[in-house]
Amino acid sequence: MRFPTAHAPYLAPVNSVNRIMLEVLVALIPGLAALVWQFGPGVLVQCMIALLAAQLGEAAMLSLRRRPIAPALRDYSAALTAVLLAVSLPPLAPWWLTAFGALFAIVIGKHLYGGLGYNPFNPAMVGYAVLLISFPQHMTAWLPPKELSGSALSFADAWNAIFTRTLPSDMTFDALTMATPLDTIKTQLGLNRLLDEIQAGGLFAGIGGRGWQWVNFGFLLGGLWMLKRGIIGWQIPVGFLGALFGISLIFFLIDPAVYPTPLFQCFSGAAMLGAFFIATDPVTASTTPRGRLIYGASIGLLVFVIRSWGGYPDGVAFAVLLLNLAAPTIDHYTRPRVYGHPK
Amino acid sequence: MSLFKLWNFHGGLHLDGHKQESCKAPLAVARLPERLLFPLQQRNGEDSKPVVAPGDRVLKGQVIACDDHPFYPPIHASSSGIVRKIEDLPLPHPSGLTGSCIVIETDGEDAAMDFAGIEDYRQCSPDELRRRIYEAGIVGLGGAAFPTSVKVAPGSDRKVDTLILNGAECEPYITCDDSLLSHYPNHVLEGAKILLQILKAERCLLAVEDDMPDALAALEKAKQRGGFEAIQLVRVPAIYPTGGEKQLISVLTGREVPTRGIPADIGIVCQNVGTAAAVYNAVVHGTPLISRIVTVTGRGVKQPQNVLARIGTPFADLIQQCGGYTNEAERLVLGGPMMGFDVPTDNLPLTKSANCILVAGRNELIGEKRSLPCIRCGACAEVCPVNLLPQQLYWYGRSDQIERALDYNLFDCIECGSCDVVCPSHIPLVQHFRATKGKAIAKRREREKADHARLRFESRQARKEQEKRERAEAAKRKKENLGTGKSPEIIEAIERAKLRRAEKSAPSSEGAAQIDGDKQETVVPPAGAETRRESAKVVHTETPPGGPESEAQAVPSEID
Ligand code: SF4
Ligand code: SF4
Repeated sequence: MRFPTAHAPYLAPVNSVNRIMLEVLVALIPGLAALVWQFGPGVLVQCMIALLAAQLGEAAMLSLRRRPIAPALRDYSAALTAVLLAVSLPPLAPWWLTAFGALFAIVIGKHLYGGLGYNPFNPAMVGYAVLLISFPQHMTAWLPPKELSGSALSFADAWNAIFTRTLPSDMTFDALTMATPLDTIKTQLGLNRLLDEIQAGGLFAGIGGRGWQWVNFGFLLGGLWMLKRGIIGWQIPVGFLGALFGISLIFFLIDPAVYPTPLFQCFSGAAMLGAFFIATDPVTASTTPRGRLIYGASIGLLVFVIRSWGGYPDGVAFAVLLLNLAAPTIDHYTRPRVYGHPK
Repeated sequence: MSLFKLWNFHGGLHLDGHKQESCKAPLAVARLPERLLFPLQQRNGEDSKPVVAPGDRVLKGQVIACDDHPFYPPIHASSSGIVRKIEDLPLPHPSGLTGSCIVIETDGEDAAMDFAGIEDYRQCSPDELRRRIYEAGIVGLGGAAFPTSVKVAPGSDRKVDTLILNGAECEPYITCDDSLLSHYPNHVLEGAKILLQILKAERCLLAVEDDMPDALAALEKAKQRGGFEAIQLVRVPAIYPTGGEKQLISVLTGREVPTRGIPADIGIVCQNVGTAAAVYNAVVHGTPLISRIVTVTGRGVKQPQNVLARIGTPFADLIQQCGGYTNEAERLVLGGPMMGFDVPTDNLPLTKSANCILVAGRNELIGEKRSLPCIRCGACAEVCPVNLLPQQLYWYGRSDQIERALDYNLFDCIECGSCDVVCPSHIPLVQHFRATKGKAIAKRREREKADHARLRFESRQARKEQEKRERAEAAKRKKENLGTGKSPEIIEAIERAKLRRAEKSAPSSEGAAQIDGDKQETVVPPAGAETRRESAKVVHTETPPGGPESEAQAVPSEID
């Protein structure tokens, strides 16, 4: 009898890229739900726009690069990039802004570098950073959380606002939008007000600011689920949050009039999203275990630095992009000791 | 069994064992096949010298081929019959190459030589016992086929305190050691005593996996007879690849074999349990290694079981005896699904190191994988038992940065396949690593060749210089005789110039001589297909394909 041959090992692979990406998407659901609950269904519309733009961009680039299209669309990596970008944007951002960001992320951030596995920068954050730099007024126009306003827009209202920039007759964009807690702190501190006064405003309650803390709890929940499933390692989130908490604590103890509490830092803005979903993007993160701890911790520190002294209210995107640049170097200096080599 | 402190090794995998299929069936004794095949090829790729000719009658246990080299123990006929021919046949080797084999047609009598055992081996010197082991043709039965007589001769500068007997069959499907321990615990324990005596070691740790209760019970029962105080049974967790030599040493002793070193460097010698039983048979009964237990399993064979079979029996006969193929038989793997290799035909003989014949059914095993780019998820590094960074090895290997791959310790990879199985991008990492190792070895060869050429060039050059000087001196003498006023230096210079001109105009037939001192590398022919095939072979011999038990004495030497 004759038999075909192949190369060992012959056991079927235990995991696949699309399964990982799909599980990360599933893990985003609690955070996404919190966003819808607190800021209305606009974020769902943003997800749809971003998904459509990202998949179109992916298909177009693959056909330009003469690569098979179907398997890449099925690996959900572009979809994940799209959703990560969409949840970072203000819920009523105009449709073209989202579409542009998603396209930029996929075309420039991913494919110009060689596609899946070759991009040095987190594509979603590339898209986000470009939008933040190019359209700052749109990017800071967040909504008041439901905890504060007591109401949220309907799906139809959000849809109209995003696509046609029209609102129900009793509302205006100016009246509707509101800065985020981090943004508020940044501007008010700039006006030489003290944290106590600033945080007396209605936006600040609980540990991470109204609305925002729920969103962060949602992402934390999804992140813990991913940890349990082994989709991500503990090093990056623990490094990130540990460093952010640690340095915030130090400065809070030194001068609580200017520096918010460490808990506020960890449950506000994009902290949890960044720690569990953005910084953990394997392609652009450090790849050694020790390296990942350092990588995560450096991002946590940078986030604090940018929030406290930088030009932007939140720093996750820039911190991640900066550390993306450093990842190969970190990897080089954090190689594990190989069996049988001197300790 | 007392509590024994176990250590960990990095990484590892929990694999689906698939052991029940074969280990629940009783041990079968294989029928005498019509033909027995004995490949002459040794580990280094050279052939042993046959000492029989076509037409000769041979007895069971008779030496049919041998070398006087300690690394190549003799080959024995495993039954009586007539030597039919010595011809080229396919070998059970990952290369799929053919090689010269002695073909014996059995006569059904199974007439044996007179085997003389040693009654009281305790009187024997280690050298005498080693000689016995060598003459009995014993090699490692765990997969690497390293000659046992060499392995139990660690050299006078190494003090061995611990003998480890490896009964941890961590690869899925394989249960031949389980079967051996369950049926012949005495042979293994007695063999251990002999090995302890040879090594002058204090203790023996006999490791079995915790999913082998029958083997453990049999061993404990046998131990109760007494006299085995130096032997300790240890249950190790069934994590792949615990049965790898270095991993097992770590788990049992917490020591690490230094890279490029051997276990004896840290006072340990590791042997497969089957090898110990073979040592017992050779020393006490005088029987050479002519049979072994082999697992025949998989959904492609009707009755999976362990079979005690003669070395040289064609696979087809063994599979026949296990009820033959099922309808879905699809692939034939020698060894386990992680470190084994598949073969295109069942017309191959059982060798001493073959522990398992796995006939895979439909979709039981996978073929070539379709892969995506590496997403640097690090899953591979997490499971690597050697603590390598497979993603980096892959990256550098792929972009032909061989030096970087070596810097990331490519040659410490034991090709266990763990990284390969967990990779979500389905990258055939092991295949890549083998190829990169092959390239590295080819590169080293090239450099050695270049060095060789340079040496030759230099000695030629020196010879020429010498001749030149002699000629110059002769000329000087002549000139002096003639009484011209030229100083010797000038004469020499003129002489040198002349020589150079002559060299330039008359190209030498010898390639190396044309090479300009520092450019010699460019003239050396690039490694052609020939070298590459050769180096591929080297890779296979240096990293045993048959099982995770790497018995290689010498790890691949330094590349740079
Ligand atoms: S497991 Fe595969 S995809 Fe992940 S880092 Fe290793 S080689 Fe790359
Ligand atoms: S095959 Fe090599 S690199 Fe991969 S896990 Fe095994 S030892 Fe590590």
